Amino acid sequence: MAINVNDLMGVLILAENQNILKELTMRRQLAAIPFGARYRIIDFALSNLVNAGIRNVGVFVQEKYRSLMDHLGIGKEWDLNRQRDGLFILPPEKYNDGSNSLVLNGDILLLRRHLDYLIRSKQEYVVIFNGPIVMNIDLKRMFEKHLASNADISLLYQVDSSERQRTSNTEILTDQDSRVTSIKINPFVNSSLKMLLDTFIMKRTLLIELVDSAVAEGGFDLVRDILIKNLKSLRIYGCEFSGYARKINSLECYFKTSMELLDPKVSEELFFAHGPIFTKVKNEPPVIYTKDADVKNSLVANGCRIEGTVENSILFRGVKIEKGAQVKNSIIMQKSSIGNGSALENVIIDKDCVISPNKRLMGAATYPLVIGKATVL
Amino acid sequence: MKKKECVAMLLAGGQGTRLGVLTQKLAKPAVPFGGKYRIIDFTLSNCANSGIDTVGVLTQYRPLELHSYIGIGSAWDLDRERGGVMVLPPYVKTNGGEWYKGTANAVYQNLEYLENYQPEYVVVLSGDHVYKMDYSKMLAFHKQNDADATIAVIEVPISEASRFGIMNTDKTSRIIEFEEKPKEPKNNLASMGVYVFNYSILKQYLTEDAKDQSSANDFGKNIIPKMLAAKQKLYAYAFEGYWKDVGTLESLWEANMDLLGDNPKFDLFDRSWRVYTVNPNQPPQYIANNSKVVDTLVNEGCVIYGELSRSVIFPGVYVGEGAEVKHSVIMPGAKIQPGARVYKSIVGSNAVIGENSQIGVLDSAKTLEEIPLTVIGDGEHISPNSTVLEARRV
Repeated sequence: MAINVNDLMGVLILAENQNILKELTMRRQLAAIPFGARYRIIDFALSNLVNAGIRNVGVFVQEKYRSLMDHLGIGKEWDLNRQRDGLFILPPEKYNDGSNSLVLNGDILLLRRHLDYLIRSKQEYVVIFNGPIVMNIDLKRMFEKHLASNADISLLYQVDSSERQRTSNTEILTDQDSRVTSIKINPFVNSSLKMLLDTFIMKRTLLIELVDSAVAEGGFDLVRDILIKNLKSLRIYGCEFSGYARKINSLECYFKTSMELLDPKVSEELFFAHGPIFTKVKNEPPVIYTKDADVKNSLVANGCRIEGTVENSILFRGVKIEKGAQVKNSIIMQKSSIGNGSALENVIIDKDCVISPNKRLMGAATYPLVIGKATVL
Repeated sequence: MKKKECVAMLLAGGQGTRLGVLTQKLAKPAVPFGGKYRIIDFTLSNCANSGIDTVGVLTQYRPLELHSYIGIGSAWDLDRERGGVMVLPPYVKTNGGEWYKGTANAVYQNLEYLENYQPEYVVVLSGDHVYKMDYSKMLAFHKQNDADATIAVIEVPISEASRFGIMNTDKTSRIIEFEEKPKEPKNNLASMGVYVFNYSILKQYLTEDAKDQSSANDFGKNIIPKMLAAKQKLYAYAFEGYWKDVGTLESLWEANMDLLGDNPKFDLFDRSWRVYTVNPNQPPQYIANNSKVVDTLVNEGCVIYGELSRSVIFPGVYVGEGAEVKHSVIMPGAKIQPGARVYKSIVGSNAVIGENSQIGVLDSAKTLEEIPLTVIGDGEHISPNSTVLEARRV
């Protein structure tokens, strides 16, 4: 079926308001967490949208969005600095609707606050990312399937038999035509291996209508108050994604997913499968490895200076590993430095930290130790 | 009127014949350098860091790659509402057009561009040098001396002085004599090809020079000697720091090596004087389990399974298992297949070195530093198990 990507717009809802990654999300949203040596988690969703040819993207944000705004800027790196359409960052606004708080507990409440953006947009269909997923997907394929199935709403799922599904996940059941027959949010006992990937396609006018009526009836949650409620009245279809996809919903999951990037098969798929992943560009020189450098099985971003030992680790831009320092199974974020003779294992060091010489930091392989942003140790 | 005090004219039309295979398809200023940059980045970054926001880039030879690289100048913060970067290739006028005949003629043919800005001063720069220089300091020196023109000079070893244009000055740094490649140099102050001119005087000399049929229309050969003969006030501005003309394959290789070491001769990590470049969007580099990377610069998008030492590796390079790269420069997208060995070589963009091949002239009597340089051209494929022993150039 012939599709026209000019009919598509993108919506990214970043509604979470808890510190789901502990110290890492103290002052930034999950979407703004550094990931994969030089990216932020949001880069995957945004790149998937622009790689499908989408040129109108609205990012609905909740709170702690300074870091995100700094990252996105005018959207230049994603080619979204456009005269027509482009990138719209939509922060919460105080309305005269009786509520006193800027904080809205619910994804569709964010959409409701900026319904005018959706009304003004010209595209016929919307791709919705309800939270950032780490994946590299061809959204044109999903759009094709959506049109072919004649569905009102298509949702993306993956078949997942791993342990991950037991931690906060939404499972779905489908009939033989892929029509969704049941959606369950965080069931204690799973009856399906099909896990929702928080990605939807529907007509823009349908979205506006559904959000408006759901919120008017006291609803606040897209899955609960729109999908589950309309399972019978709307044609909701499932679309399976068989590639690599991860929903980051805990610190353990973030750590594990990061370490999976050290498998070249995973990073090859994530970074190249259906187009490149774009991110904010920093003007950093190449990495310099000195005479004493010893690096094994690691991902390293530009601007790093490595004089010590690094193994099974991920180094973000501008990290400094001094002589005699040993970094193992760890993630070191932007511009942090690890002093001479220090030893780190299973540690996540946030940005701008200084670990002075001869410190020993040790986390567990399944539960890393996190050192908060700009800590001097 | 968009008046600007100072406008830079950057000469970037050179073919760079001495860079052989590396400049077959692109102009010398566009040649990759330092694992990430192109040669012209240094001059453009100097402009940006010196507060010069209006730069005309004079192009002629193989301009496609250079033009698309410069774009609207955003990488160097030169995408400006007023001024900014402007690419100036030769063009056709009502009574026909002509190629740029020399450096001075290139600027002369673009006097219209300069007239737009009515500048007080014009800085003339060359796009094929690697250095970090604050032109605003040189401009201040120029103003302080109330000079007509100022030429930046650098001290070179006296033994090499005969390769350069040498300035003989008095005690006040006023230039009394200029000798192009003198056999017996009187001192070691070499011209860096960086000039500041008072615009009105420059315009006058360029216009006169254009009428002179016998002139080579070159700044060094014609304009400067004519100004000296007319007793104009020319001063030499002494520059201290790293400066390298990367006009030959050897000097290009050497300049790359100068970026390495614990205290490199040229420091790319200097936060006070950043070098800007167009950043390709590439994933982080992956250094695999059995690899070894020491004393080396590696850019993003590289996948390294083999051993690297004392080398400069550009983005998207693959080095297979058991491969060995020493004292070499590997340009973007090149593939060094498993088991291949590369010694003191420049491997061009997207070249492929086949499995178990050997590139480079090993000599047991010489160190890797001393053996002759081998160059593999852009996109060349070296078949597996072959040996490239001669120091190839073309």
